[in-house]
Amino acid sequence: MTAAQETLDVTVHRGTTRGACYDSFQVPAHESQTVLDVVSWIQQFADPTLSYRFACRVGMCGSCAMMVNGTPRWTCRTHVKKVAADGKLMIEPLRNLPVIKDLAADMDPFFDKWTAAQGQHHPSQTRHDPIEPIDPGDPLRVEADLGVECINCAICYAACDTVAGNPDYLGPAALQRAWTLLNDSRDDGRGAILDAVSGTGGCHNCHSMGSCTQYCPNELNPMRAIAGLKRETAKSFFKGKRNA
Amino acid sequence: MKAPARSHPLWLAFVLHRLSGLALALFLPAHFWLLSQALTNPSRLDGFLAFAEMPLVKLAEFGLVFLLAVHMFGGLRLMALEFLPWSDRQKTLAAGAVGVAFLISTTFFLKAV
Repeated sequence: MTAAQETLDVTVHRGTTRGACYDSFQVPAHESQTVLDVVSWIQQFADPTLSYRFACRVGMCGSCAMMVNGTPRWTCRTHVKKVAADGKLMIEPLRNLPVIKDLAADMDPFFDKWTAAQGQHHPSQTRHDPIEPIDPGDPLRVEADLGVECINCAICYAACDTVAGNPDYLGPAALQRAWTLLNDSRDDGRGAILDAVSGTGGCHNCHSMGSCTQYCPNELNPMRAIAGLKRETAKSFFKGKRNA
Repeated sequence: MKAPARSHPLWLAFVLHRLSGLALALFLPAHFWLLSQALTNPSRLDGFLAFAEMPLVKLAEFGLVFLLAVHMFGGLRLMALEFLPWSDRQKTLAAGAVGVAFLISTTFFLKAV
């Protein structure tokens, strides 16, 4: 490597939703370097006022997602070599969310929609009932299992152009959670879920662009879940249960 | 902020579906108006039919048939996606819709010239 190639040219978003600018940093390049390593280097050695969010560093917690060269990514599992364009990185907070400061997006709207889509468990039994056997091969369980590895990183939410165009839209993650619960035999919220996902901001807003599925770091398929919700809400509509 | 990378097949299929729908919505009123001339002003219709024999107009008609076919097959794919059990072959189906539309419009063009 020549001396010129040993640094990365990194542009970082600074400020909040109300006022923002971009700062440039020269960051030493290393083998096996992740985008989160780059952000951490800037905060530790160049500018300690840089705000960003991370916790586990191993792709479990879903807190470090940012826009990297215009694409939403989990920064702790994204190698610089894979995404740097000619040694250049542009790092910004997640799209479609307000910005608290610098690279930390405000996740409140994302989690509010999770709740609005009835993403909480609706118990069908009490602790006094015997434990219900769950057959892992049951088709409904298999469908539910497809969505359980979601880590709430909001990458799908940032990738979705429907979210960008419609602030009421619940978004891929919340709808996938609703689909998971709908297929979970232990969940008793079918009516409430179908009601929640067929409203103004519900699943029928989805245009099947597939950016959620394209960019999900855990390779989940929210587009499939939303298509399932469209099917189930349509079925329940034609059965005359408009509120269920 | 830079827009996220959109160059993946299903996003392009979405845009193609939207743009073809928009173009057809603009085309249809003109189409019906021209058809109405058969009743109200036949000589104007004959004049247009003579104009439509020009090669450049035939090429534009090829484009129209392509838009119509790609919108129809793209729409069938979306309805299958939403009402039939899930298929993982969405990219293949989207590409297939474009392929069939191209086949139909090219066949139309070769017959027209």
